Amino acid sequence: MSGVVDAPPGRAAAAPRSAVRPQVGLWRTVRAVLAKELLVELRTLESVPAMTLFSLSTFVIFHFALNRSSVEGDLGAGILWVTLLFASILGVNRLFVADAEQGGFDAFLLAPVERSAMFIAKALTLLAYLAALEIVAVPAFAVLLLGSPLAPALPGLILTLGLADLGVAVIGTLVAALAVRTSARDLLGPLLALPLFVPIVIGAARATAPLLSASHPSWPAARWLATLGLYDLLFGLIAYALFDFLLED
Amino acid sequence: MYGKGLRALSISTVVAMTVALGLVFFYAPLEAEQGFLQKIFYVHVPLAIVSLSGFVIGGLLAIAHLRTRDPRWDMRSYVAIHMSLIFGLATLITGSIWAKGSWGHWWVWNEPTLVSFLIVFLLYATYQPLRFAIEDPERQSRYASVFAVTAGAFVPLNFIAVRASTAYLHPRVLGSTSNLPGSMALTFVVSLAAIALLFATLCKYELTAKHTRAQVRALRRRLGGEARPSPRGRSAAPAAPPAGIAAPAPGGAP
Amino acid sequence: MLALDGLARRFGEREALGGVSLSLSEGQTLVVFGPNGAGKTTLLRVLATLLRPHAGTVRVLGASLPDEAWAVRGRLGLLGHEPLLYRELSPEQNLTYQARLQGVPRRRVAEVLEAVAISSRASEPLRMLSRGMVQRVAIARAVLHEPDLLLLDEPYANLDPAAVELVEPLIGAASGRTRVICSHDPGGGLAEADVVLGLREGRPELLRAARAVSSGEIRELYR
Repeated sequence: MSGVVDAPPGRAAAAPRSAVRPQVGLWRTVRAVLAKELLVELRTLESVPAMTLFSLSTFVIFHFALNRSSVEGDLGAGILWVTLLFASILGVNRLFVADAEQGGFDAFLLAPVERSAMFIAKALTLLAYLAALEIVAVPAFAVLLLGSPLAPALPGLILTLGLADLGVAVIGTLVAALAVRTSARDLLGPLLALPLFVPIVIGAARATAPLLSASHPSWPAARWLATLGLYDLLFGLIAYALFDFLLED
Repeated sequence: MYGKGLRALSISTVVAMTVALGLVFFYAPLEAEQGFLQKIFYVHVPLAIVSLSGFVIGGLLAIAHLRTRDPRWDMRSYVAIHMSLIFGLATLITGSIWAKGSWGHWWVWNEPTLVSFLIVFLLYATYQPLRFAIEDPERQSRYASVFAVTAGAFVPLNFIAVRASTAYLHPRVLGSTSNLPGSMALTFVVSLAAIALLFATLCKYELTAKHTRAQVRALRRRLGGEARPSPRGRSAAPAAPPAGIAAPAPGGAP
Repeated sequence: MLALDGLARRFGEREALGGVSLSLSEGQTLVVFGPNGAGKTTLLRVLATLLRPHAGTVRVLGASLPDEAWAVRGRLGLLGHEPLLYRELSPEQNLTYQARLQGVPRRRVAEVLEAVAISSRASEPLRMLSRGMVQRVAIARAVLHEPDLLLLDEPYANLDPAAVELVEPLIGAASGRTRVICSHDPGGGLAEADVVLGLREGRPELLRAARAVSSGEIRELYR
């Protein structure tokens, strides 16, 4: 066994480190954290299957609760978005649990990395989970409950899903980080997230409702997309600015 | 620093409230459609305005806390939000009474101000449970400040979104404050001032009380000569920083 | 290397650390003793830049904390009570992640796994390894980036004597690194120390060169 531990002579000549900036760049760190996140999820298969199964069960429950076999328009949009939002809360609840319980934020905080990278990486992770969820949930919704054809509505729907998912990812990451190191983490997450999700529901449901009716336009109204986009942008900036304060001990 | 000006503030509040009440009952004219019930508008809308401003101010104070790490900013932020929550509850109750009287229902969805208010209230109702769930006081203050800034930014965004969603339904009738005749406008402004003063006075009372309690605790500790302070137990409220310990030096984020 | 003057850190109204002043030169070892709750872990975390000092000055590796913390992050190696590793990932995956965070080349991962004798099981998830092995991987994580200062919280817990000998060149006296060690073992800890710090309820009760301290005095701290 070699003792590879003596400080190599070259080290003393290494460039002095900046006193106020980390060494490892933002996007390299984002890639590293993102890779770790996806690896852990692939190994444990915790979040995505749970979110997906939850959404399918919820569709079934809606069928019985509303006593309807086919929905469209406002009702259809409502059921779809409520289900997606509540399923996303499952993902939000789990987002930082592995870090808080095992990997520890300490390892990240000790490293000479841009801390905002964790926010970006986690939001991208949640976004990936949501995309995976929707690939299953939206067709399932079309099969189980939707009365109008899905295919023509798909382009507009995908656009709306994309914008809404961005907002959910940004808010979900911030809320998850807030809730994870409290003593009531499973409860506070949903309580904090749901009011913050309301504008997303407003924009997404209003945008989607006309798409899910028999005589529909193929694109959602611009004002709702603008609402979603603006909300995403503003909250993205706010969350990005505040996130580092949650990481410290 | 605390307690100074409290008497002057209290007196002006009492005066303002008396004048406002007088104006509301004896000066402002009866509104044609809704009659006497409409006068609740002079309470409900100022409460709403003051409460929402309080939430936003709480967010601004939280920004100060995050930048300076001085716990006194967190104390002020906590009191502002706490008081706004109480005023917010009063807003919802008076709004509900007004809705019942005008529309016959205890709740109406086509009044965007009331609806936005409910959402904001539900969000801020999690503020104290959040604080209570974090034991370490410094982390509690920091997390609460992050929440306060997020929620403070949410208030205007939420109003815009809800407003946009109800625009196609009934036109707003309850909350319009433009085009008020002179006498109503005067009464409204005076009521607004009175409620704002009430808010400020109550906040100052709470801040002073907390600070005094902390000083008493510090003195007791010094007299008793204990090395360890008596435990406060878990609390959602921030503790006033013990006298004599300087706030941590503000610096760039580490 | 290390210079503290009047370091204080509070948790609410409780003083976790008060009036700690000491200095440590390069290559020396400071061992910190004290009962649970005395502030040992807090001291370590302040030195690791994870906690801000509330009063006093802290200079680590020539940089003043907390303002110049970025100058020392990446030059410290922390080994705490938690291994700071993900149970579902293998030692190799865990250390690769760490290497990317620390900005060190990938080949270090293989080197350090070899040094703690985990290479044969480097691809199994961590949850399948014994506690002693996990501790070895944690040690590997702590020295992966060849830190100038080691901060070790009871490093030899969970290690059998063979393992202790194994990691000696990495984190022991033979490593030649400056070290701060928290220990509950008066005999063993004293043997490693150049300087001894005894804490009780956050206050330094004992601060002396190791040769001037007896293990009996250390045991007194725990009464």
